Amino acid sequence: MTDVEERLRRIRGGGEGKRHNARTISALTSNPGCTRRAVADLAGVDKLALSRHVGFPGQFGQSPFAITRGQQFEAQVKADGCAELITLLREHLMLSLPEVSYEDLNDVGGNTDNRLRHLETRNKLGRRDEPGTLFDHPMLTLDVAGRQVFLEPDLIAFQVKGKFHIVEIKSFAVIDGQADGAKVAAAAIQSAVYVLALRDLVTAQGMSPDDVSHNVILVTPKDFSNRPMVTFVDVRKQLTVLRRQLSRLTRVEELLDLVPDGLSLSLDNDPHDVTFDLGSIEARYMPQCLNTCELARFCRHEAQGSTYAMGRTVTEELGGVQTVTDVLDLARGVLPPTPEQAEAAALLRLAWSIRRESLGNAA
Amino acid sequence: MTTLTSVARVEAYALGRAVPIATRRHLQVSDRPLVFVPLGMAGEANAPLACLVGDTPASPTLLVVPQPRNRDLRFAFAAQLADVVLSYVDSFTTAMDLVKDKAVFTDAPQLVVANPAAVEFTRLLGRSTRFRRADGPYPVDPAVPLLGRWLTWFADATERPGSSVTIALTDALAQIWATGQSALEDANLAALMGWIEPWDGLTGQQAAAQAEDPALWPPAGPATDPDFDERVLAGLIKSYDLASDGDERTRAEATIAAALRSQLEPTWRLMWRAVELLRSVEPASTVERRWLRDRQTFTTQVEYWRDGGAPQPRVDHAVRAAQRLAWLERDLDEFTVERALDDPLAMAEYRLSGEAFVGRVISVDATRVDTSGKRRKPRPLVVLATRDPVRLEPGTTVRSAARPGQDCRVISVAPLPAAPAEPANGAAPDVFVPMAVTLELVSGMGRALTPAPGSVPEVDDELCYSALVTNAGVQPKFPSREETPWTHGGPPVSPEVDLPTVDDAVEDWS
Repeated sequence: MTDVEERLRRIRGGGEGKRHNARTISALTSNPGCTRRAVADLAGVDKLALSRHVGFPGQFGQSPFAITRGQQFEAQVKADGCAELITLLREHLMLSLPEVSYEDLNDVGGNTDNRLRHLETRNKLGRRDEPGTLFDHPMLTLDVAGRQVFLEPDLIAFQVKGKFHIVEIKSFAVIDGQADGAKVAAAAIQSAVYVLALRDLVTAQGMSPDDVSHNVILVTPKDFSNRPMVTFVDVRKQLTVLRRQLSRLTRVEELLDLVPDGLSLSLDNDPHDVTFDLGSIEARYMPQCLNTCELARFCRHEAQGSTYAMGRTVTEELGGVQTVTDVLDLARGVLPPTPEQAEAAALLRLAWSIRRESLGNAA
Repeated sequence: MTTLTSVARVEAYALGRAVPIATRRHLQVSDRPLVFVPLGMAGEANAPLACLVGDTPASPTLLVVPQPRNRDLRFAFAAQLADVVLSYVDSFTTAMDLVKDKAVFTDAPQLVVANPAAVEFTRLLGRSTRFRRADGPYPVDPAVPLLGRWLTWFADATERPGSSVTIALTDALAQIWATGQSALEDANLAALMGWIEPWDGLTGQQAAAQAEDPALWPPAGPATDPDFDERVLAGLIKSYDLASDGDERTRAEATIAAALRSQLEPTWRLMWRAVELLRSVEPASTVERRWLRDRQTFTTQVEYWRDGGAPQPRVDHAVRAAQRLAWLERDLDEFTVERALDDPLAMAEYRLSGEAFVGRVISVDATRVDTSGKRRKPRPLVVLATRDPVRLEPGTTVRSAARPGQDCRVISVAPLPAAPAEPANGAAPDVFVPMAVTLELVSGMGRALTPAPGSVPEVDDELCYSALVTNAGVQPKFPSREETPWTHGGPPVSPEVDLPTVDDAVEDWS
């Protein structure tokens, strides 16, 4: 354990390390085969700073307007002990909630230590005697690659009559009952991360995992206004995906076996050395990484000349041939295919010849 | 993504330049499109920040909302935009043609935006303005709700396959060219254009890499560059908010306008260049017919609203939704087939999958007669030799674009006993197995027992046959709204349920 922690510490170059959040976990599980991302995340590396250090700055800036809007909306919903949220829950969930208390778990008597807060969260959430409680900022943990990680407590757990719901406050608008599909999908998978973590917690407390509902309460602005509305989002599908992907992650010990001893991604090291070390961890680049991973541009550069840099489906459509040169040579018939390539080569030659012929017809 | 486009991407990568994946354009490009580059404020549902709009490259109109969170300023923007859009639309409602005894406007408006996100922005801007009212509480300029109707109409048109009313350029260009990068990266208009027409002697890769730098190429919108928001815009909007008098406010507004113009102009120029590029590709033969349908839709819409028709509802009711779906399916069917028949590169997809083939006629039995039935029928047999991987089942009906109206039945597909000639380019025989396809002609030969002259293919004719046929079947009948079956929610409770209400007009627009 300590050996693992020590190596992770060396990889990140000392310091506390970045905490996981629902977003990083869902990004991690969107590409579970990528050792580079798994190692960097488990070590708590600041990937954005790292990407700048090696000369491929990721573009993950958020507009100050968006940040302000998000904060304002959240503050509005949470104001006065979540008064607005409680009204919504009463009205829309047909719940009779005579009294709903609000408890902020942001610190334990001024102490913000992760472990302490996690203990406090466990104690508080284990009590089920109250009619309804909103727990703000509970500190949850999740087992990622065989290692317990703390989750950024960016959520509210709503307990009513012993049953928990995750409440997600998002500032994207739901207009006429419809919202941006990508944003809803992202919110759903992030909520699923919290459902999973909360289920782990209640099970450890001797409760049933079903005590945490798979229906997540999504709070968003309604239409073009600032008025909040509530939507139930069923995240059962996301939970299945998440569980499967998390189980596919290689365990941290095995991951570290894949990484050369003494490797360090410390920002104090010379960029050339870091580039070399980063390159020696295997990556699995795909274009979607550009939306989810700060290191994507580095990996994209490295993947130049491969067919998968144009998309995993492109590689599939080309019969699994990995490089541009091989595709062209097989298609033109100048490279004798290996037995495994025979089928792909036949397809490529047909495609090439039909393409040339059709282009010729057009001229 | 198909094998052929993937091969084209590889080719483009190796060349350092985009390559064609279509030999024709399958959309109409107007002589005078309305190019619209909207920018929205980050984080807001649909808060317009600025736009460049106009139908000539040289004189765009710049509209700016100096404080997008201010409701009055937003509606002032909408009223100004309405001026431009409505006079553009109106300019198409003067001359009419007679088509099948019905008067149709001679041309239709065309909205050109950079990408699908801009279409979405247009749709939401339409949604947030079309239910406003010029009277009652929160009155707006009477042009604002009309703007909303037309923006909604433009946005809805993108759902109709084959419609050219609204063009999202990244989509339109990607239909014609394949780049050496991923489809995801093609969504950046500047990067895509960098592959199609690299500038300054760069390769496609290099141009696309430059295009990804928002400092060199501001994003095509509607989302702005977060860095620009932080470094420039946030401060300017703050100065506007803090302005102590009218003069200071006017100056602050002018500074904001100049900053936003600098973000918009590169995209504006790029978009007009993209329009020119699309125009330079030869249109497919069916483009005009599909554009006629767009003109008809436009005419119907103008007449409907002139006669006092209501704006588009928030959500379609069940019957209308089902009807619309049926139309979209029909249009998609038709468009898919027409595109393949019009364009050898589109047809190539079907040849590769075995649903179509190109072959040379090697024997013809023109006098064959089917005597099995009551009436003797001419049923000539035609055998074609092909190297395509034909996967057509015997009994399938096929047609050739070169011989419209002639149905043929596939009798057999078998390896050619003796290949007429080995492929000249030295292709290995294991890949290109020459096949003989025997077809029976079943129609398009005149009424006599002997086929009419020229109605049967001749030896050495090169023909492309495919199983692609337009499904011109009967459209399903739909009940009236009042007879909505219970499976679909039953008849509407109130006939007015999807009409705008006074509540819509006063709806918050924060």
